[in-house]
Parts: sequence; structure tokens; C-alpha cells
Amino acid sequence: MSAGGSPLASAQGATKRFGDLLAVEQVDLTVAPGEVVGLIGANGAGKTTLIRMLLGLLLPTAGRIRLFGEPPSRRTRARLGYVPQSLGLYEDLTVAENLAFSAAAFGSPAAGLEGELAEQRDALVRDLPLGLRRRAAFAIALSHHPDLLVLDEPTSGVDPLQRARLWETIRAAATDGAGVLVTTHHLSEAEHCDRLVVLANGRVAAAGTLAEVVGDTTAAEIRTPSWEAAFTALDAAGLPVSLVGRTLRVPGADPDAVRRVLADAGVPAQVATVAASFEETFVVLAAA
Amino acid sequence: MSQDRAVWGCRGLGVRYGGAVALEDVTLEVPAGSVAAVVGGDGAGKTTLLRALAGAVRPAAGVVLRPDERRVGYVSAGPGVWADLTVDENLSFAGRAYGLPADALERRVTALLERTGLAAARDRLAGRLSGGMRQKLALAMAVLHEPDLLILDEPTTGVDPVSRAELWRLLASAAAGGAAVVVGTTYLDEAERAATVLVLDRGRALLAGTPDEVLAATPGVVVEGPAKPEGVASWPRGARWRAWSPDGPAPPGTSPVAPDLEDAVIVAQLRQALRRAA
Repeated sequence: MSAGGSPLASAQGATKRFGDLLAVEQVDLTVAPGEVVGLIGANGAGKTTLIRMLLGLLLPTAGRIRLFGEPPSRRTRARLGYVPQSLGLYEDLTVAENLAFSAAAFGSPAAGLEGELAEQRDALVRDLPLGLRRRAAFAIALSHHPDLLVLDEPTSGVDPLQRARLWETIRAAATDGAGVLVTTHHLSEAEHCDRLVVLANGRVAAAGTLAEVVGDTTAAEIRTPSWEAAFTALDAAGLPVSLVGRTLRVPGADPDAVRRVLADAGVPAQVATVAASFEETFVVLAAA
Repeated sequence: MSQDRAVWGCRGLGVRYGGAVALEDVTLEVPAGSVAAVVGGDGAGKTTLLRALAGAVRPAAGVVLRPDERRVGYVSAGPGVWADLTVDENLSFAGRAYGLPADALERRVTALLERTGLAAARDRLAGRLSGGMRQKLALAMAVLHEPDLLILDEPTTGVDPVSRAELWRLLASAAAGGAAVVVGTTYLDEAERAATVLVLDRGRALLAGTPDEVLAATPGVVVEGPAKPEGVASWPRGARWRAWSPDGPAPPGTSPVAPDLEDAVIVAQLRQALRRAA
């Protein structure tokens, strides 16, 4: 949960321009000790640029970036654990060698390995299944007890039980006082975050808890004996219709407009207004 | 649903790679005009199953029910397009491979470019498209010949939600047109959109049925509370904890919740682990 005290990481009015392209515009974001913040955005929304500024790899064109109260530097890097989507492991080294190498770089003692990862300590990283590779990357990122963890789609590609175990590790780090910044565009990851910051076209489109971000965004839900005909009619009308089982949904749509399209096509249907899912809200926000 | 629709899929399918069992006794039925999701993590057997359905892997046991191979559309995991060809060239090349006559091909290409929003990018090299656009191109190539069975291996991995919604709209539209569609995914929120779900774990079916059937079959009670409960298997959900109580009452400080597919699969995996340990 959001703890008091000064933020571990903050962006205030952060802006980054590449030539004519405004990649990030006036973004505010904080990560406090003990909280898991989700940075959500479509490809090209500015997530990576913002992360690169927070890591000190890019200077903002305008605005202020602070890590542990100071501008990002080599010194702040030592207090940071970062797991990129590519995991950043040395594929031709063993798990134990990867850990020792990282420990030497940070000047910290090599962390102990637990469970299945301990059994595989002498296996080459490239020979491990994805779930274990992810756990190895986590173990390394956590081995120097960072104050801030930055994780890019931390559970992509693994099964639900492995995903649950990875989130257990992330949550434990937060409970111990670390701040966690997760970038993702999957609901299954977003719902593990205490707060979300949704980026669209380089700007903050929404921020708050998952419930606050979804807010009063709605979807039209269509029940019909012939979903195929209803789908074809709504799709042809240019509405962003989606199929869920045998029910159809149109996020952000006016139910009367949906009824008209279906009536014109002669498709019998019941149309109701329901709360939008996170994913639907995202699509509505990105289109706004 | 009418009774005379074709049903594709497999029954009792077994696949071996060398001595290793890749799939064991897997059954999947996909009626024409519906979407089935095959769910599993890395190494669960998704790709093997989808390749077997496409006819690219020979079964060691069981049967694969599929239409003539010219009536199948298949999108493999990964790029699935020729990076050095333009969008247009990719489509023409695929269309000729299916033996489409020139005028029919041109009609389909024009319609699909429009449909996928790729019309403005038709002269771009496929290798320079964004992940989402590349996947839409791969899907367009697989549906050029209006296949009866459309198979997609993780079409939305690395694709953002906006493109993901568009991809699902495209494959739902193939199903609305009468195709049987099979989609491999690692994400359960995505599987919830399918009419039927098959969850694979280590090459075997862990759960199968409609999403509602899978949820209804979850044994015991799933509970939620503010802290990690003692003595039961638990997993975090945000800052709260969920736990599975196989037969006993809800542990102190927790209350029952309606499980979602993610919970149902975790429970099934936990039971499997208990059985293996026993």
C-alpha cells in the first residue's frame, strides 16, 4: 500500500522530445516505498522513454526526474534493480555464474538460491525453461536489496502458478519496503498493482487504482441468438465490437446506437450497459 | 448452433519428440463458427498441439480431425511474415501459395488491407512494421483463402491492447464467417473470450470446457483475505491474498470469492502438484 515519506522515484512534468516527435509530455509519476505502481501504455505510448529517463539513460527535454531525491546517476543505479523484458541474463553462463557476476558488479554478496532454482544452479541459463529464467533474473535483481525495482512485463509467457509465485516475490519485496515500478499492458499484471498510471500518446490518460482508472467507463453488452449476424453488422458499422464466448461487447458505445445498427440489420438482440473491463477502458482511453 | 456443423480438432492425441512425451491423450473439439483457446505457459505443449492440428507434426497416438490442408490457415508464433518483402508482396506471395486466381486474390488483398488498417502501409517492408501490424499482416495472410480451420499460435504476445483488440476482432470475424478458430495464448483474460478453453500443463489437459464449466468444476472454495493465510495453499492478488480450501471451512480472516479462470488454473496446478507428490 502507498506509504508515507518521500518518493523513491519521481517524474514531474517530464517531457522528452526527439526532433519533431514529442515522445513524453508533461508526465507526473511517483513511486513510494512499499508500493507497486503499474505503468501501462500501448506500444509507442512513451513507456520505454519514461523508464529510460528514470534509469538515467536519457535526459529529459523538460521537467524533473528524481531517484532517491537526486538526479539519476551511477550512485543511484546501485540502489536500483532492473529486469528488462529480455531478462538481461548471460545465456551461456550458469545461474550461479550470472549471480556471482552481478554480485561482483554491485559489490554485494551473492544471494542464495532457493528451491528449483538452487537445483539448477549449474545449468546454463539458455537451457532453462522460461519460468526459471524469470526467477533467476528476479533473484539477481533482488540480490543487492535494491530500494527500487523496475520490472518490464515481469510475468510474460509463464503459466498462472508460476505467475503467482513471481508476484509473491514482487509483493514480498514491496512489503519489505522497496518501491516497485512495473510496465505492462496486461490486465493480469495490472491487477497486482496498487496504483496505475496509464500513458497514451506520451501523456497520462488516467491514474489511480484499477477501479479508479476504469471509473464509470462502460461497454454495451449484446445478447443475441445469432452472434455471427450481430457481429458482422456492428463490425461493418465501424464499431469496435468484441466477442466474449457468445456475447458481444462494444466498449465506450452508446447502447442506442448499437440497438439502431442491429435493428437496421434485422438482428434480434438485447443490449445492456455494463461496466467496462480494464482492457476495454484502456482501448477507450487510447482512442480518446 | 446447428447440428450439421463440421467439428475439427483432435481426440486422444499423443505426440513424442524422440523418447520425450510432448502431448499425452489430448482431446479438443472446435465446431465451425467458434473460437477455442489453448492455454499454457512455456513448455506446456501449446505449440506442439497447434502444429499437430495444422498437420506439421505426426501424432504417435490418437487422431487429428482437420479439413484438407488447403483449407487450413496457420499463423506460427514469432514473426510469421517475410521481413524483406513489402506488405503487398507478403500477401500476394501467400495468396499464390494457396493457388488463388489473380482476380480473387486482388479482391481479398484489397478487402483485408482495408480491414486490418494496413492499406496505408502496403508498400512498407514487413520487417519495419510494429509488432501489432506485423501480427495483423500474418493473420491477413492466413485468412486470404478463407480457411475452414484457422490456427494461431500466440498471435497477441508482445502486442499492445489496442492491436490486441483489433486482432481478436479479426479472428472473431473469421469465426462469424464460419471458420473454426484455435488460438494459443498464455493469458487467461484472453481465453475468457473464447467459447471453449483447453488448459495444457506438461503436455496434458489440465482443464477443458466452456469458461463457465471450468469455473464450476473448481473443487473446494477459493477465499480471499488481507494477509497470507496459514496452512493452506495461497497466492497474491494485488495487495490481498487468495487461498484454496479443498474441503474445510474458509480459514480465519478470509471470505469466499467467486474464482476467475486464473484462480481455477492455479487450483488445478496445485492439485496436480499434490497428486505428483503423493
